[in-house]
Amino acid sequence: MNDAVVTTAQLSPEVVLNELKKQKVTHVVWLPDSETNWLYLLMKAEPSLHLVAVAREGLACSTAAGLAAGGKTPVILIQNTGLMESGDSIRGWLLGLSVPVVMMVGLRGWTRHGVTTDTAAVYTEPFLNAFGLKYYIVESDADANRIGVAFEEARKSKRPVVVLVADEFHGFNR
Amino acid sequence: MMYTADMLKVFNEHRGDAIVIPGRGGIFWVDISKRVNLDLPLGDPAMGGHGAFALGLALALPERRVVLFDSEGDVQMGMSILLSVAEQRPANFYHFMLDNECYATTGGQPVPNAKNVAYEAIARGAGYPRAFAFSELDAFGKALPGILAEPGPVFTALKVHPNIQNQPIGQRRRWMTRTRDQAILDMQRELRIAA
Repeated sequence: MNDAVVTTAQLSPEVVLNELKKQKVTHVVWLPDSETNWLYLLMKAEPSLHLVAVAREGLACSTAAGLAAGGKTPVILIQNTGLMESGDSIRGWLLGLSVPVVMMVGLRGWTRHGVTTDTAAVYTEPFLNAFGLKYYIVESDADANRIGVAFEEARKSKRPVVVLVADEFHGFNR
Repeated sequence: MMYTADMLKVFNEHRGDAIVIPGRGGIFWVDISKRVNLDLPLGDPAMGGHGAFALGLALALPERRVVLFDSEGDVQMGMSILLSVAEQRPANFYHFMLDNECYATTGGQPVPNAKNVAYEAIARGAGYPRAFAFSELDAFGKALPGILAEPGPVFTALKVHPNIQNQPIGQRRRWMTRTRDQAILDMQRELRIAA
């Protein structure tokens, strides 16, 4: 694989932000990981988005449930480590209250090819399957329309739908 | 200490058109409230999340007062939401906390450091501009109009007698008269919220 291919295969933060705007997202409930800095700066500069920072990912689920009950369109932005920590909140607040929300989850440890050694990545898909959560993997700008598909799926099913962001280590960070 | 039902009756006199999330006080509130369509008696979707749910609702509906009756067990479990509330500063959020010093629904075992926690100090330290604590109903009743008269977020800790439940869950009184989905739908219809 040459450098040019790697560059064009990235998921750029501008594309992600544009997808959120297209879906008329009002609030981003989030807990950052160390690689989302540029997405943070773009979101912060976007007047149509209200950022709500939480310190534990399970609280992102209940915050989003409250926002949705009040008629807003939140998105949850967390990492897969925090997704797994949030199991009971996903069960009780999102599935239990039929919240149509998209969870954008950084897929830490994703390798695509070769052996995955990071257990955060190893357990992510089995975790989602255990909860019966539909998910879409987004690796590059070419996959970005899957974010819209996830929103549509969430609205139709009145359930949380997950977008696994599998370009964590260079996409958001430019 | 005060009894939760007595405290809620006092609160009800001052409720106005606020949305009320009764939390673990729901078992009493359903018999007190006169504005059922503005109530969100959700029971316990998942412990520790009531504060965050109320924060989200308050941010979504800034023109409407949102009142939460949280519990000390929930606050202990999801304590960091106090930081998020303080950062967001929703002026319409009134955060009350029932402190019975125990996990009443599991038989009354004490919460960590049950009798020695100054929750109002924690809330103030997290950044709430106003925080109070009351152990007697009379004092609470006198202060309540002032608490509600000023903008939120405000945190008020209330020492209450525990309503300890030891029966198997299947044998307990079912106090929720509506499903959670229905309660939310009723509120949305009442407030004409498109969802």
